Amino acid sequence: MLEVDVRGRFGNFFLDARFTARAGLTALFGRSGSGKTSLINLLAGLATAEDGRIAIGNQVLYDSKAGIDLAPEHRRLGYVFQEGRLFPHMSVRGNLEYGMNLVPVEDRHQNFPRVVDLLDLESLLRRRPKTLSGGEKQRVAIARALLASPRLLLMDEPLAALDTARKNEILPFIERLRDDLGLPIVYVSHAIDEVIRLADTLVLIADGGVVATGGVEELMGRLDLNPHTGRFEAGAVLSAIVSRRDTGFGLCELTVAGKRLLVPGLDLPEGTRLRLRVRARDVSLSLKPPVEISVLNVLEGVVREIDAGDGPQANILLDIGAPLIARVTRRSVHDLDLRPGKVVHALIKAVAIDRHSLAQPEQHRDD
Amino acid sequence: MWSLTALENEAVILSLRVAFWAVLWSLPLGIFTAWLLARRDFFGKTLVNGLIHLPLIVPPVVVGYLLLIMLGRRGVLGSWLHDWFGIAIAFTWKGAAVAAAVMAFPLMVRAIRLSMDEVDRRLEQAARTLGAGPFRVFFTVTLPLTLPGILTGTILAFARSLGEFGATITFVSNIPGETRTLPLALYTLTQSPGGEAGALRLVVVAVVLALAALMVSEVLARRLARRQET
Repeated sequence: MLEVDVRGRFGNFFLDARFTARAGLTALFGRSGSGKTSLINLLAGLATAEDGRIAIGNQVLYDSKAGIDLAPEHRRLGYVFQEGRLFPHMSVRGNLEYGMNLVPVEDRHQNFPRVVDLLDLESLLRRRPKTLSGGEKQRVAIARALLASPRLLLMDEPLAALDTARKNEILPFIERLRDDLGLPIVYVSHAIDEVIRLADTLVLIADGGVVATGGVEELMGRLDLNPHTGRFEAGAVLSAIVSRRDTGFGLCELTVAGKRLLVPGLDLPEGTRLRLRVRARDVSLSLKPPVEISVLNVLEGVVREIDAGDGPQANILLDIGAPLIARVTRRSVHDLDLRPGKVVHALIKAVAIDRHSLAQPEQHRDD
Repeated sequence: MWSLTALENEAVILSLRVAFWAVLWSLPLGIFTAWLLARRDFFGKTLVNGLIHLPLIVPPVVVGYLLLIMLGRRGVLGSWLHDWFGIAIAFTWKGAAVAAAVMAFPLMVRAIRLSMDEVDRRLEQAARTLGAGPFRVFFTVTLPLTLPGILTGTILAFARSLGEFGATITFVSNIPGETRTLPLALYTLTQSPGGEAGALRLVVVAVVLALAALMVSEVLARRLARRQET
């Protein structure tokens, strides 16, 4: 378990952050300039805090009171940088072996053939970094960090420099790291889709501080965090299981909080766990169960919270067994007399849920 | 007409030897100084930088005279070296090498420093996170990536050392077989009657040596670049 509690000045802002990260992938999420990278550099020892403590399990990396500040090379944290940072004067193999050879054999928990296989690097080993594509570079960078047998893997927006196609090429590899290696990962990102797809725990960062820490579904379902989580597009994240692969008409059935949800066919076996993002603007509300309407998904729920500003819109937090957010007009709130506690029916168009709303979360873990 | 006399030959060989040792001894110090200037901030950095560049700016005779004061047999360092180690520098070929090294030092440091400034420090950080300490990072990342600059600096310094005149003649004089390097021999020939043919031969040798040094550096640089790309 990683425990972080640090304060320090970086350029023009003050960082004051406290969070803990357990096994699995912890996403540090916030907009550019919020202090995510400074924070991860503090963890790696590439920057120094003024005050605080950083520890992994019982190994203290930094403790201002005890005067402990381990050098980066003694922290044994793998770091995957946004720009790869491969050594240009070495082959891919040279890059991969650089960190590995510095770890005593008995401390190595990753072996070369396995990592090369995991990241599909066999055919690249003799190449020079200059000749690699952006996606290939990032795969090598990930493998290089892994082979140093780190206690924890830090990833600083590893996909930010890549186009969508390359991103989709790397994402499955990161999912495999998270699921197959059991290595804790701290993942910095400002892309909510990556976070929803990858993260177990979410740490929301804004203005150098931690706004909230918790599960992805939990934090995404909180209206008060909306300015941080859904600046561009509010939406709840639901856990789902594929319950029927084909219900006819190319639709498949998911089970969400005990309720059925029809979505366009996914080529996934029954029993697969998914994470589903339902954008608030794709959810409509009705007081009575509607009849003779094209919307396939009607879920009964209770209004928990209403967030209406001065604008024409309002966000409504519903409890359908799990948090769901609907964005309606303030006029509708008035006309339907929506109040906390009121029972409503949420209408979700099946076609509004596309592949981009879906992510395959980790295998179930008990920790 | 084109074959060198024994004396001229001696001067050429001596020049090569002086330049070789001058570069060999100053290279580690040159790399260290370049690193200091490129990677460290310390009090008096501007002063150090200025002192290193002094030989480029002041007349070589001044440098030669300063060397004589310091390293001459009665000089501060010179007497100490002589009394304790029995090493005499003034008026020997070793002194010529020292003079050449001092004069060539700024060129060497500049070339290496420029190259070291180009090395992405984020690569050094990456190496640290992979478990390498500062020394290992220097030798496995910084130094290999500075190689083009080290090469340029070495060739520049070598060529400069071959041509060193003013500081050499002031510090170690013009002793045949000991400190009479190619430029000094050339100068001597131009001052003596009937020396034109010999002077011309040495001029050709000087030009050929300079061109050869340049070509070697070109070939090596290209090979280095190719190594990093394929």
